[in-house]
Amino acid sequence: MTGRKEDIRENTIKRLLAIPEKWYEQMTRGELPSVTMPTRTKKNIAYDEEAEVWKYGDRERLREAGTEKSALHILKMAYVIWFLKHQISENRSSTLRELYYISEGWKRAKFGAQNDSNLLVEDLEILTDVQREHFHLRPEEDGASIFGPLKIREDTRRGTRELHCQDDIGESGYQIPTNVDSLEFVEHDAKMVIAIETGGMYARLIENGFDEKYQAILVHLKGQPARSTRRVLNRLASEFQLPVTVFTDGDPWSYRIFASVAYGAIKSAHISEILVTPSSRFIGVQPSDIRDYDLPSDSLTEQDIAALKAELTDPRFAGDYWKEQINLQLALNLKSEQQAFAARGLDFVTDEYLPARLSDMGILRR
Amino acid sequence: MASPKPAHADDLAKQQRSISVAEFFEKNKHLLGFDSPTRGIVTTVKEAIDNALDACEEAGVLPDIYLGIFRMEGDIFKVVVEDNGPGIVPDNIPYVFGKLLYGSRFHQIRQSRGQQGIGISAAVLYAQLTSGRPTLVISRCGSDRPAFRFQVQIKTETNEPEILKREETTWDRVHGTRIEIEFKSSLTARKRLVEYLRYTSVVNPHARLRVEIDGEAIIFDRASDEPIIPPQAILPHPHGVELGELKRIAAGSKEPLEPFLINSFSRVGLKTAHEIIQLAGLKETTKANKLDADGLARLQSAMQQAKVPPPPANQCLSPIGEVLIRQGLEKEFQFDFCSARTRPASVYHGHPFIVEAALGYGGKLEAEGNARIMRFANRVPLMYQQGACAITGCISTVNWRAYNISQSGLPTGPVLILVHVASTNVPFTSESKDAIASIPEIEREVTLALQELGRDLKTFLSRRDKSRLSEERARAICAIIPEIATKVAETIEKPVPDITPIEGQIMRRLVAKKWTDKGIVNVSIQNYTSHALDLTLYVITVDDVSTSDPPAVFVEEMGTDKSAVWQMRLAGGEGWKLSYTGTGNGMIDIRGVDEKKKVVVDLDRS
Repeated sequence: MTGRKEDIRENTIKRLLAIPEKWYEQMTRGELPSVTMPTRTKKNIAYDEEAEVWKYGDRERLREAGTEKSALHILKMAYVIWFLKHQISENRSSTLRELYYISEGWKRAKFGAQNDSNLLVEDLEILTDVQREHFHLRPEEDGASIFGPLKIREDTRRGTRELHCQDDIGESGYQIPTNVDSLEFVEHDAKMVIAIETGGMYARLIENGFDEKYQAILVHLKGQPARSTRRVLNRLASEFQLPVTVFTDGDPWSYRIFASVAYGAIKSAHISEILVTPSSRFIGVQPSDIRDYDLPSDSLTEQDIAALKAELTDPRFAGDYWKEQINLQLALNLKSEQQAFAARGLDFVTDEYLPARLSDMGILRR
Repeated sequence: MASPKPAHADDLAKQQRSISVAEFFEKNKHLLGFDSPTRGIVTTVKEAIDNALDACEEAGVLPDIYLGIFRMEGDIFKVVVEDNGPGIVPDNIPYVFGKLLYGSRFHQIRQSRGQQGIGISAAVLYAQLTSGRPTLVISRCGSDRPAFRFQVQIKTETNEPEILKREETTWDRVHGTRIEIEFKSSLTARKRLVEYLRYTSVVNPHARLRVEIDGEAIIFDRASDEPIIPPQAILPHPHGVELGELKRIAAGSKEPLEPFLINSFSRVGLKTAHEIIQLAGLKETTKANKLDADGLARLQSAMQQAKVPPPPANQCLSPIGEVLIRQGLEKEFQFDFCSARTRPASVYHGHPFIVEAALGYGGKLEAEGNARIMRFANRVPLMYQQGACAITGCISTVNWRAYNISQSGLPTGPVLILVHVASTNVPFTSESKDAIASIPEIEREVTLALQELGRDLKTFLSRRDKSRLSEERARAICAIIPEIATKVAETIEKPVPDITPIEGQIMRRLVAKKWTDKGIVNVSIQNYTSHALDLTLYVITVDDVSTSDPPAVFVEEMGTDKSAVWQMRLAGGEGWKLSYTGTGNGMIDIRGVDEKKKVVVDLDRS
């Protein structure tokens, strides 16, 4: 294990330093230092048939230190690389926010806003093809949690720990670390993975013993899922070939949460292959469920309607399933939360809705 | 209900009587620009100064005009205007100031500020109506003539002057005129008044205006010492003559038609005279004063149809000229850019006119809001009714965005637009002369002038942006790349690369850099051009430069600062270095090298 960690570290430093090495060469040749990046816009996103994910297209942008703005950008990048090199080789880590504050002392190279430093880190990920977790950069917020018949091995600062995600942990589940690569999935006894948007529904499934009864690994998404959470889903699907389903509220924003799990996001298109789970499927709440189960619901707001219409033109929602469901929702003019099933009793969702849906989807055989 | 008693024509006739011009305007003050006390003061000053300028120009002297505005008791103000013009002969003074519609220019076809002889006497009328005081006039026509002092008023029923006092007096001026008018007013329009004076000074750069408003003294000095060549009157142009006017002119001539046409109208020669007579179907031998109404009508219509060259504009008009407009503007405003145009003369309805325009940009002009618009007619600023004026219409019709100026109706941003229309007959929308009417010929000329200026500005702006870009590039290369080089070298643990090749290849200029490191101030100068340069380096600092290596040619103490100078000749590609101990505070400058061929970077300041 330590050997692998060493490899990652060496590889990361090597790839990072390739950038200043190129600049050094350029300067000694009498050329301006430069970087070439794919343009990071909606227009430059393309579907990769082979990997089944959305990635950056062919549009590239050359940034040369010939203007004050570009020169400053490259200077900032030089400082960040210098900082990361030391952080990685000293085996220390920092949060994205800390990096922003550290730049205070960099005079001309200091960042004006945290968004600028975050974007620059993403640029470095694209340039090096290394994820920022390997730069030892963490987001501030916690990762989400996981509960179910899964045994993991985590390489912690205080040694290696092995944990069973049902037996060895409390009711709230195992907290996913920011760097998922320090995690090893040892073995499992699961037939499926269910990713759940809200904490309330996640807790309901654990309380009702859904994980045990149906051999399900439950993953809490905590709203729009963090990179580490999406990375876990990707690994569970690819390492164990488990079917992944996504259970969210029945509104346009929740469909976008599903899309970021299943199709990828523009901001992280450079690492779609390791973050996206193309095989994942939407379990609900479907607009047709609102109708069929007569769920308690709210009227759509103007923003909801605009978001649904935007989704109708989004290539990621281009399939028949989503066209039908979104149009139905627009006709109903209603939305429901996933906990609206409680109107039919606290056990309705675990005893009736999910088993029926999972059977329909062919994941569960009755 | 009783039906109203029918009025008899006889009864009505008893109520009918003639009205004098003075009575008419007494009731209709707004027609002359005396709508309110606030506006009254602006109009009075304007009329008096217009007269003063006109008088000076006619006499060919450089105007030196004094304006005083004093607060008397209550809301009574006294306006004093004194000029160094030719003066007015004593017998005419009562008429000039005490009778409406009396003047020398109404029947003359040439550019002048006043036309109808209403303005100043309207002010006298306004004064006697509001304060009850007569107007005081002092005038002297030369060193060999005495000065006269008058107190005049207007008899409104008859529109005749009333002389309250006439006396010989002594006056320190050799020639000139001074008037003092007291009337009810207020100084709420003080800003507008000063603006009027400033604008007047801009289009009359040969005039000096000394101003004292309620204790505040301002001088608008002259930008030019050339007196204006006064425009000469011309004969009426056939295309501009109306039937009534033709009838009057014809009645005063005993000549046969051919010489009558040639002698009474401008630009009519033998050929044109024949053409007109033929078109009218008249006999050449007919005498002008013998034409009947039908003959006159046919003659007038023929005069309109005949091809006649345009009137001699350069004789009867006096445009300000591009150079003087710019001088006048730059005297009162500071710009980054200023361009002016005087269009060739043109004609509408037989009246010659010339359009002039100027465009100022940047400097101390307000960066936000609508452009400042300065409208002039015959060198007189138009202060009111901007929205109703053809000039404003033209300005908003031009597509300013095409010239890189933002626009919302009017252009916006740090822009000043000046438009001057000079004509023997400026088509105002009303008697108060505030706005120019929409005459297509004039609008066309204004638009063309503005478009030409817009193109000039666009050229300036794109050059400026280009040089800004190359400045920025130079800064990036000279200041930031060395830092990149240092950090990169530190990160990959190699010696700091020499970046002079980058500077050299990209800049091809002279690069001077100053940086301070551990108490040592360094200055390096590198000539990346292909030829030798002779240059001088100035360092202004509080540091002790006496120990510098190499030593300065000389050092001058300026208070706590020292100014040190080095001189050198650098061949193409050659470099030079200087160092001294110090803090690095202060500045460096290179002289002797073209601004575009040098880059001076102070690395201690960023």
